[in-house]
Amino acid sequence: MTYISTLYAYLFYFAAFVLVAGLAAKVFQYARTPAPLKIPTTPAPTTRAGVAFRITREVVFFESLFRGNKWIWIFGWIFHFGLFLVTLRHLRYFIDPVWAPIQFIQPFGVYGGIAMVVGLAGLWARRFLVDRVRYITSPSDHLILALLIAIGLSGLSMRFVVHTDVIRVKEFFQGLYVGQFSTLPADPLLLGHLLLVALLMIIFPYSKLLHMPGLFFSPSRNQVDNPRERRHIAPWARRLEQQ
Amino acid sequence: MAKADFAVPVLKQYPEIPAIEPGVMAHSAPFKSKEEFQAPLGFPGQLVDDWQQKALDKMGDLLGRYRGLRVYLDSCVKCGSCTDKCHYYLGTHDPKNMPVGRQDLMRKVYRRYFTLAGKFFPKLVGAEDFTEEVLSDWYSYFHQCSQCRRCSVFCPYGIDTAEISMAAREIMDHIGVGQKYCNEIIAKVYRIGNNLGLPGPALADTLEGLEEDVFDDTGVEVKYPLDQEGVDILFVTPSADFFAEPHVDGLIGYGKVMHEAGVSWTFSSYASEAANFGMFIGSYDNMRRVALRIREAAIKLGVKRIVFGECGHAWRVAYSFLNTLAGPWDFLDPRYPVPQHICEFTYDLMQQGKLNFDKSLNDDMVLTYHDSCNVARASRMGDRPGGQFDIPRAIIRATCNNFYDMDEDTIRDRTFCCGGGGGLLTDDLMEIRVKGAQPRVEALNNVIQEKGVTHMAAICAICKSQFTKVLPYYGMDMDQIVSVHQLVSNALILTGQTSDEDAEETADEAA
Ligand code: HEM
Ligand code: SF4
Ligand code: SF4
Repeated sequence: MTYISTLYAYLFYFAAFVLVAGLAAKVFQYARTPAPLKIPTTPAPTTRAGVAFRITREVVFFESLFRGNKWIWIFGWIFHFGLFLVTLRHLRYFIDPVWAPIQFIQPFGVYGGIAMVVGLAGLWARRFLVDRVRYITSPSDHLILALLIAIGLSGLSMRFVVHTDVIRVKEFFQGLYVGQFSTLPADPLLLGHLLLVALLMIIFPYSKLLHMPGLFFSPSRNQVDNPRERRHIAPWARRLEQQ
Repeated sequence: MAKADFAVPVLKQYPEIPAIEPGVMAHSAPFKSKEEFQAPLGFPGQLVDDWQQKALDKMGDLLGRYRGLRVYLDSCVKCGSCTDKCHYYLGTHDPKNMPVGRQDLMRKVYRRYFTLAGKFFPKLVGAEDFTEEVLSDWYSYFHQCSQCRRCSVFCPYGIDTAEISMAAREIMDHIGVGQKYCNEIIAKVYRIGNNLGLPGPALADTLEGLEEDVFDDTGVEVKYPLDQEGVDILFVTPSADFFAEPHVDGLIGYGKVMHEAGVSWTFSSYASEAANFGMFIGSYDNMRRVALRIREAAIKLGVKRIVFGECGHAWRVAYSFLNTLAGPWDFLDPRYPVPQHICEFTYDLMQQGKLNFDKSLNDDMVLTYHDSCNVARASRMGDRPGGQFDIPRAIIRATCNNFYDMDEDTIRDRTFCCGGGGGLLTDDLMEIRVKGAQPRVEALNNVIQEKGVTHMAAICAICKSQFTKVLPYYGMDMDQIVSVHQLVSNALILTGQTSDEDAEETADEAA
């Protein structure tokens, strides 16, 4: 069994590297590219603090989506909020000792898992039922939903159907911090779950999951509405003036 | 009713989201530009050899210069929120007119050549080679976007299809596939000073005629100066204001307001155009060149302030970009915003009680107000967000007794474009213009039915021209569209004005 554990250890090193390096490269690329013109979608906040508040509303409540479409909003928000709770719940595998707030949300994390799957199912249904959404859907859009649902369902099964030895799972991930490969429980469900999670980490920086950093770099959302008060000019545009 | 060789959409009482009809608008494309219009803008005159590589090079260049483009192409999750928000989709039912459908025309090329997933698994992520068919789709559908930004309001990441259309047009211009209407007009600005090609003497003539008309009407000598040096204010307005109806009635209003304000001001024949079609074609260079004319005129005339007339995208370029393109404006009076919108100017005077209105003079109309897309979603007026909605309405309410807004879902930042913005205001695009106007006209029709509205006011030259042309297709009258400053002009009682009422009063006193 250690053979598979070793394989998984390398897989997770690799996945973590791709996720972190890939995202960092993207964030760096976004940060380095100038936005030469002031293009916030107005009415827009006139101060930095106002912009921070606007972005926060987008991240926490999906404000624009709420205005746009209530069905997508309800399923999308349930899914993401569920995902958020699940992620918090999973922190217990990665920190030791487990912080009190993380201990506190453990039971909610389970509901989060259910919510996540429900939300994803609703989003997926739209891809078949609404002709406009069907038209814009590529195979990869189905696959990402399938991947996330599979992760959710395999996770929930370990909670409700076939339990796995979570202590050893924790040992495995704690071991990775120090280059020590402990043995994972040999449950097919767990191995499947982890494989899919690693896959998700790997595709993250190369797929539409880039919407997560994208939102923070979107000029129509993150710019302050003050073009008359302050001159906004990109370095390449300033060079035009020196010609 | 105007004759059409296509089906004019039927107006409904409640808006409906149509089922998709793929490809129904693929035939709609504007006339192509020619050598003589391309060259002055710095673009090749016809499709260049090796166009595919050159287009991709340009795309790479833009991706490195515009963060928005890069982020928007990466971030879309195909959620579908924008799919029913574009007036061109609602009016044509073509899914490539859904904002995300339009973006995908570029996104599939971006993915193919600029992303790992698209290089290795094109089918999986919907990536495609940049073929001639794709280019032809680009030309059709990126000229069916009025860059109105309605989609960006409802997108969870603010993805602005306008930015993508602009980039697409810039790329196409660089391989020699330009649009005649926009590029011919920009060349005209370089040659003559405005979109309509009105030379200085013609402007002087027109303005003189207006002075006489206003004097005949009011008995007050209101001036419409041109190229006067050493005055306080340079007034920049879309050239259609100089002669088209109902634009010119608005221009008469600007002059009356300036007169009452007691400021000295002038138009410029060199910068006789507020519009800046450089924005429509996504060309920073051309947009800047057009904008710099205003700076040159301001310096030459030695003015202290700049005020803009009623125009939507012009106000976007003025409010949002002018400081960037042609600033800094440190030689102007720092007590005033640069530039100022005529509505801000009029509103300020109203606040100071300097304008004396007789609202009843507009009693022959029941009004509604069309928020122009670029004013609504890409600019501001006054010092608070949303001033661009409230200030024009405050002016209308101060000058008219009868005013009703259209349905909430179709005004303010959710306003529908008139259907003629973004460089589409040309006869070779009549079908898309009429169909794209449907959501706005539908909302208008509903207030006509329910509230007895007779006229719709607007503050955009393109909106005014577009409605004048398309309302008849829907069985309405072309003169149902009016300028906001036309309402001001009607209701404003000038100091010293001899009105009919005065005459009556004197008669009463005498009796
Ligand atoms: C800052 C954090 C995030 C924000 C604000 C955010 C926001 C959104 C929004 C507004 C949507 C569109 C509505 C919907 O379809 O649900 C969406 C879609 C999606 N998000 Fe996120 N998200 C975030 C992080 C994540 C993460 C970490 C993942 C996955 C690991 C993820 C996966 C997805 C997926 C798969 C979709 C597409 C759903 C579909 O196919 O309909 N998101 N996100
Ligand atoms: S910018 Fe306006 S015209 Fe263009 S896709 Fe968006 S909604 Fe449609
Ligand atoms: S609303 Fe934004 S994220 Fe959703 S499909 Fe449209 S462009 Fe893509």
